[in-house]
Amino acid sequence: MDDRQFDALVAAASDAAVPDDRPGVDFDGLRVDQTDDGFAFETPETTATGLSRGELRDRADDSPYVRNWFFWEWTVRSHDSPRRAFCRRAEGAPIVADAADDADGSDGDADAGDADAGDTDGSDADSDTESHSVPERDAALREGMVTEWGQLRIEATLAADGTRRYEVRHVDEADADPATLTDHDDPLDAREIAERDARDRYRPLKTAPTLAGGWRFPDLDWQGLARTVETFYPATVANWYREQTGELDVDHWRDTVGRQSGIYGVVKTWDRGEGYDHVNWVAEACCDDSQCVKRREWQYDDETDLDVDGGDGAFPCREPCSVVVAAARKWTRLESEQPETYEFELTPSEKEQLEATLDAVADGRVDEIREADVKDDANRYRARFLRAKLFDDDGNLGGVPTDQPEG
Amino acid sequence: MSQALVLVAHGSHLNPDSSTPTYEHADTIRDTGAFDEVATGFWKEEPSLREVLRTVESDEVYVVPLFISEGYFTEQVIPRELRLDEWDVADWDSDGISADVATYTAEDTGQTVHYCGPVGTHRTMTDVIVRRAETVTDDPAVGEGFGVAVVGHGTERNENSAKAIQYHADRVRDTGRFSEVRDLYMDEDPEVDDVTDFFEVTDVVVVPLFVADGYHTKEDIPEDMGLTDDYRTGYDVPETVDGHQIWYAGAVGTEPLLADVALERAADAGADVGSAVADVREATQVAAGDAGGDHAPASEGRADDGRAGTEADD
Repeated sequence: MDDRQFDALVAAASDAAVPDDRPGVDFDGLRVDQTDDGFAFETPETTATGLSRGELRDRADDSPYVRNWFFWEWTVRSHDSPRRAFCRRAEGAPIVADAADDADGSDGDADAGDADAGDTDGSDADSDTESHSVPERDAALREGMVTEWGQLRIEATLAADGTRRYEVRHVDEADADPATLTDHDDPLDAREIAERDARDRYRPLKTAPTLAGGWRFPDLDWQGLARTVETFYPATVANWYREQTGELDVDHWRDTVGRQSGIYGVVKTWDRGEGYDHVNWVAEACCDDSQCVKRREWQYDDETDLDVDGGDGAFPCREPCSVVVAAARKWTRLESEQPETYEFELTPSEKEQLEATLDAVADGRVDEIREADVKDDANRYRARFLRAKLFDDDGNLGGVPTDQPEG
Repeated sequence: MSQALVLVAHGSHLNPDSSTPTYEHADTIRDTGAFDEVATGFWKEEPSLREVLRTVESDEVYVVPLFISEGYFTEQVIPRELRLDEWDVADWDSDGISADVATYTAEDTGQTVHYCGPVGTHRTMTDVIVRRAETVTDDPAVGEGFGVAVVGHGTERNENSAKAIQYHADRVRDTGRFSEVRDLYMDEDPEVDDVTDFFEVTDVVVVPLFVADGYHTKEDIPEDMGLTDDYRTGYDVPETVDGHQIWYAGAVGTEPLLADVALERAADAGADVGSAVADVREATQVAAGDAGGDHAPASEGRADDGRAGTEADD
């Protein structure tokens, strides 16, 4: 540790010149105090009192606890902020205990290894980020600690001065040669990266699992990490933090639909007091992990859970998004129609082909089907053959008009 | 006490160009350092209006709508989505173009939110229209011998829309700088379709009062004015129509000086912006003698990639 860091430790221990939002040294298992007898130095593994300044320096030098304290309590500070909590997550450090830390962090169980961010509020979201003790984290950070956030892979490492550096890249490019990736250092560059998918199509939903690769943010500081992540996935850090601290404000389907106005006001009329199957279908269509990396926490209303799974995303979705509402407007109109009985003749294989074609579109598989792979039911030649055979000149399936004459 | 500026805009599910000016103006303001944080929020993109306030940590938040007129979005949608539960449009005490600011506590974050009137009705928007004329002609002294048409939607959906157009057309005229100034509309008389009927002078700069380029500014208006039969084939700037030279400027909101209007809105609402207003005015001005070559809007005016959206109504 350098002189600057040691001076900071002494100043904090003696309550002099410390950041006024967090006086004293009592953090993640480390306690340092200055008394009339000299300095007291305490970690979960060791206790020493009556130390001279030089003896304290010997203890502090190369102590993972002191490195840890210096980074979080001298460099980062920003207590109770989502960004700090997010960077804690990136190295498996406790989050809720950290956020709630006011006066009770001094007893023995301040050992970081005892507090697991994932189990404090019953959330199962953070299974990829178990919490570790300070020495474990220190050792692991030397090798690099990896967490994921949607399609982002975040690697935290220990810098020479004990602070942290972060690398962000696409999860699918964990093993990519950095020379093949374009390096960025401005978090706002993420805006442009996130705008289009790998096929250059506009991504209206930032959390769609269609983030393109080919880039890397090789060396971010903690603020840069938070900004970068929030640019790729806006508001996800803030909402995740609210969830961690038990303050996530979920607006269920009924709440969100109920406040719509203008052209979206019509969506209210889709809830007819006949159950919520239609909302199950919406969630299955739009909110499945294959469509969005958020974990859907909203339900039909606060008493009625939907029947479909909310997904395994690291961060929550707290209400139906604008894409869902816009699609629901269309479905509200379509679903107001009454069913009709149409009569067609299809061979068994033709029926299965129609089903496979719908599947291919729904699963976004159309572009994967090889041109000459006529064994695939959703192959283009197969579709064109079926259309040639079954459609009349007006595009009616089986020659049956959509609008049938009365009676 | 830290302060944040939040620009809120419509955005689009279909057209990525919709949010581009918002991002660019936010970047310009961020670079001035006048605010501790500068963020953007959208009705159709992310972060949503619903969640944008929680993306900034400041206690004092100045929210400036990048909308042209007072109406449905500024009076209903934005305050509702931001959870300004105490919002009452009467607090703006506006005649339709005079909204300044009203201050509330956001229900979910507890932040103090200074909710400002839209950029489109601020007096300095007039300067942006003039600057747009300078940009499109590549002439910082443009004026004598030139006409200016300020183009808006019209009153079909919102009577305040036409008020804002008239307000700025009057102010541009009052500068005495241009030979002729008219306000024209898409869906009512005087119509932009007949733009050449309304001007004596040969050269006419046409400035649509829209925040972002999209269906109306890229497709409708160029075709209606006869710049092209098919927007996909593009047009020149200037383009000759009925013996007039039409300098079509595209959406006024893409002009870099618009960042200044957002700053002025926040400053009027009490934000400490230091020298940022003057800094932005200087940084965005059109350099004299910078003319030459094809002007960018000639190519930008082509929406030939099929991505332009048609979401003007939602």
